[in-house]
This record gives sequence, structure tokens and C-alpha cells, in this order.
Amino acid sequence: MILTNIELIPGKRVVRHLGLVQGSTVRAKNVGRDILASLKNIVGGELKGYTELLNEAREEATSRMVRQAEAAGANAILNVRFSTSSITQGAAELFAYGTAVVVE
Amino acid sequence: MQTALAFGELIIFVVLMAVGYVVGRIAEARHYASIKTRERLLQRLTVFTSRFPPTVSQSFDASLVTGCTVVSQDYFKSVAAALYSIFGGRVRSYESLLDRARRESVLRMKHSAMRRGASMIINVKFQAVAIPGRGIGAVEILAYGTALRPLGAGASAGVGADADTGAAGRDGAGPASRARPA
Repeated sequence: MILTNIELIPGKRVVRHLGLVQGSTVRAKNVGRDILASLKNIVGGELKGYTELLNEAREEATSRMVRQAEAAGANAILNVRFSTSSITQGAAELFAYGTAVVVE
Repeated sequence: MQTALAFGELIIFVVLMAVGYVVGRIAEARHYASIKTRERLLQRLTVFTSRFPPTVSQSFDASLVTGCTVVSQDYFKSVAAALYSIFGGRVRSYESLLDRARRESVLRMKHSAMRRGASMIINVKFQAVAIPGRGIGAVEILAYGTALRPLGAGASAGVGADADTGAAGRDGAGPASRARPA
């Protein structure tokens, strides 16, 4: 599966468009991480726990999108976009979407 | 009794401010130093915000790369920002925080592109999301784009050869075809 965030794959021809595919996941951070983060908030800097959490969640959303594309018979997803929204305190939705296509 | 409590709170506040300021500054200086050295190392990998590579006639192997950083402000910065929000104006403490996070994200994205043997990243997008929480002011900065690995001489066997012959005569497939007449 080839993923890009442009409308084409350089040097390859799109044979068929299969429409929108998407994948999302909602993740809550756990209390332990929250406490660590609030301590880290005194000195500032990167919250590695959160970075990891969001990276994992984004991978999960992407793999769900990929699975949907595979089910549709695609071998590439073009124009992939990410979106994150914090829906409540302590939980965030990660969303990935793109256009499933068949390339040669 | 009450004055003692209030005094205690004041001391905690001052200590937190001081710790935040000192540790935050040291961490920031160190982070900037590390960012600068890594930026120099990864300089050869160019990043474009344009949607198409500058050399369209070459064929590439494309893959999506991302880089993500979550940063939080320190205690001093959050107090400073709260003060700024009364008077308005530039909040410098946050500017540097976001600048660091964004550059770090770009570096992470570049690292993962490098691991795939890419020579450039195109169509780079940024996204910033505030992460709310009890007593936590954090922001996530995401950078993502399409990493391009040139195919052809020296490229890895199977995929390269296959895509090369396939793309040979028709790289005009996309809207970014060569301006040169056929």
C-alpha cells in the first residue's frame, strides 16, 4: 500500500479511483501519564508520553484506513490528511482520510 | 494560622516560578542546540511545501512520513502568558515553545524520510492541536508530507526496475507534466 499526501504518485498512473477511505480512533490518556505530565508542566518541555500516545493512535487510524482501502481493492491511497480533535478533557480523536486508488 | 498558610502558598508559587524559569531555560537552550546540529546534518534532505517535486521527469517511490511532538509550557511561561493575556501583545515565551516543537517535528519527519532513503519531502503540512487536561497546557505539533525516493540507477532492485519501465514513457500522467513538448 502506497500512501502519499499529493494527488498522484510521481511516475505512476492512476487506473481507477475508489473513493474516500477513512480511519479514526479515540484515545484517552491514562491517569498515570496525566500526573507525570502535570509534573512535567512545571519545568516544561516535551511530554514524551503524549507524543508516543498520539503517534500510536495515528498509526492505528492510518492502519484502519489502509484496511478499508484494501477491502475496496486499492493498492494506494492519495491525498492523505490527518486531523486531530480533542473531544473532551483527556480524550482525543485522531482521524486519517484519503482517496483510495488503483495504480499500475 | 491563615497568614502562615498564605505565606506557604506564596513560597510554593515562588519556588515553582524559579524552578520553571531556571530548568525551562536550560532545557530550552539545550534543545535549541540539539535542533541546530540535527538541522545541519539533515540539510541535504530538502523539504518543499509545493505539491509537486521540482524534477517531474524523474520517477520516485512515494511514501507518507510524519513527525509529531507534544510540548508543554513551564510554570514560569504559563504565568507569564497569563500576565500577557491581560495586557495583550506578543507572548514571546510561547513563540519559542512552538518554534521548538515545530522544528523538532520537521526533524522527526526528516529522520523517518531519511530511513526510507528519500531525497526530498514534498507537500508538507503542519497541524497544531491544543491538548486540554487538568493543570496541563500542552500542544501537539504534527508535520507530515510525502517522502520521495528517487528510482533508477543505484535504487533497490525489484521495485525500482519495475516502476522504472512502467513509468518510462508516460510521466505526463499527472497534471504536473513537463512543459517541454513531446
